[in-house]
Amino acid sequence: MQQNRHSDERFLKAVKISETSDILERSHPVRWAAAALILLVVAWFFYGVARNPAFGWPVFSHYFTSAEILKGLWLTIWLTAVVMALGFAFGLVIAVMRLSKNPVLQAIAWAYVWLFRSVPLLVLLLFWFNISYLFPTITIGIPFGPVFYEVETQQLISTMGATIIAFTLHEAAYASEIIRGGILSVDHGQEEAADALAIPKRRALFRVILPQAMRSIIPASASLLIGTFKNTSIASVVAVTDLLYSAQIIYNRNYEIVPLLMVATVWYISITSIISIVQYFVEAYFARGLVKKSEPGLLKTYLATR
Amino acid sequence: MMMTAMNTHDPIIRLRNIRKSFGAHRVLDGVDLDVERGEVVCLLGASGSGKSTLLRCINHLEKIDRGVVEVGGRLVAHELVDDRLRELKANEIRARRADIGMVFQAFNLFPHLTVLQNLIEAPVVVRKLPRSEAVERAKALLSLVGMDGREHSYPRELSGGQKQRVAIARTLAMQPMVVLFDEPTSALDPELVGEVLKVMKDLAAAGMTMVVVTHEITFAREVAHRVAILDQGKIIEFGPAKDVIDNPTHERARSFLSRFAWQGQH
Repeated sequence: MQQNRHSDERFLKAVKISETSDILERSHPVRWAAAALILLVVAWFFYGVARNPAFGWPVFSHYFTSAEILKGLWLTIWLTAVVMALGFAFGLVIAVMRLSKNPVLQAIAWAYVWLFRSVPLLVLLLFWFNISYLFPTITIGIPFGPVFYEVETQQLISTMGATIIAFTLHEAAYASEIIRGGILSVDHGQEEAADALAIPKRRALFRVILPQAMRSIIPASASLLIGTFKNTSIASVVAVTDLLYSAQIIYNRNYEIVPLLMVATVWYISITSIISIVQYFVEAYFARGLVKKSEPGLLKTYLATR
Repeated sequence: MMMTAMNTHDPIIRLRNIRKSFGAHRVLDGVDLDVERGEVVCLLGASGSGKSTLLRCINHLEKIDRGVVEVGGRLVAHELVDDRLRELKANEIRARRADIGMVFQAFNLFPHLTVLQNLIEAPVVVRKLPRSEAVERAKALLSLVGMDGREHSYPRELSGGQKQRVAIARTLAMQPMVVLFDEPTSALDPELVGEVLKVMKDLAAAGMTMVVVTHEITFAREVAHRVAILDQGKIIEFGPAKDVIDNPTHERARSFLSRFAWQGQH
């Protein structure tokens, strides 16, 4: 009884307070301390890096925008773009083959993905670099039938050609799986609705299915794009003068290995950052209609709170 | 008016001996059904009785194993070749389907397109209608289903009942000969069922030929001209709506309808 009256008093007091003031947020001293500690360690690390003469920052800034490096950077970007475009175009074909009702096409698509995901990119690149050793001539004609045209492989496929082919074949295998996953993620009812409305298959794929599949295709594709962008450095082994190889050429001359590796690294990080930002906007575009309009995006929220 | 539709023998849909199996399970076991022009036929039956499958056979969303499906005087998905029936080419089937509207339980609106884009897509792409004309027609249809001014909304911003009304308008935008409804109100919250049934009633009154798979016994009794009750892949009862629902003769039809007895107070 006594206990009850006591709790009643506290309850009434709480009610009275609640009429005039909001509830206090709890402070989190441990959280703050942990954050401060981590920031301190990070700052210390960067301070150490900046002050470390071994990093050779003057050399870094001298070469960061040098013509040789920018040329290599441009080649890296160009190669990435070409490989992505070809890889995704080819990947879409493989994905559609895999999802088709034709068992032979299905099997071939499966085998393609199996093969080109199994072979390391570097090995694939070396194969194509040496393709003229395996197939000295390329012929155009009817299989097992007459030959119309014959050309020496070495003339047809340059180093750059071999690089693009190797990267594209590799890329297409991954791209097709990303696209296939995206298509499978779209509700089957969408295809049925398109069928019932007599919308042609190809139109349904590009207008109805793929735009919705994009929601799951984009994040995986951005990762693939970033991976490809960095993987193009593998092409330096066949003397394609990409970003990394350009840096290597310079440090083989002046032995400033670390500063020039930093030049390449900072460029890789910069471009990757740009890709990540673009990814955010592309995702927002393909989320239209699927996310409530009232939900502001991450960036908008951030800007609004400033 | 209802009676003229019934008396003039002018079937727009003719189904004969429809057989369909999923693996070893026979879903449709020799179904015959005629639907007259301007008639509303409701397909009733317990789940698994084959009523949805039968509906989906009419526009060839399901392939039949045997039988004949004719809509508007033409076989929907087959042709006669040397005294055998053979499936048509995909684009020929598509051309036939353009005349057969379908409304789905889950609406199946295209979520990344606005209401207007949902409505004009097929008319522009399939019917080759000029865009401006398609937009005009879409707006008129939206007004018909009580969705004026919502053409720039995305499906996600609509309630279930509104989505289904837009889906009906999308189907009508193709100016179909018949409209098939596959449990159009089963995915709706109870308070939203009425607005969709109202649109369907208006459509029936306007003389649209409709085949409706439904659990709404009251709707079937009031709006349908005839009702078919399916059981284990066969039509066990078929006739004027009130006769079938109020006085079923078949034992299994009686036991199916008795479950809805509480709805039967008119």
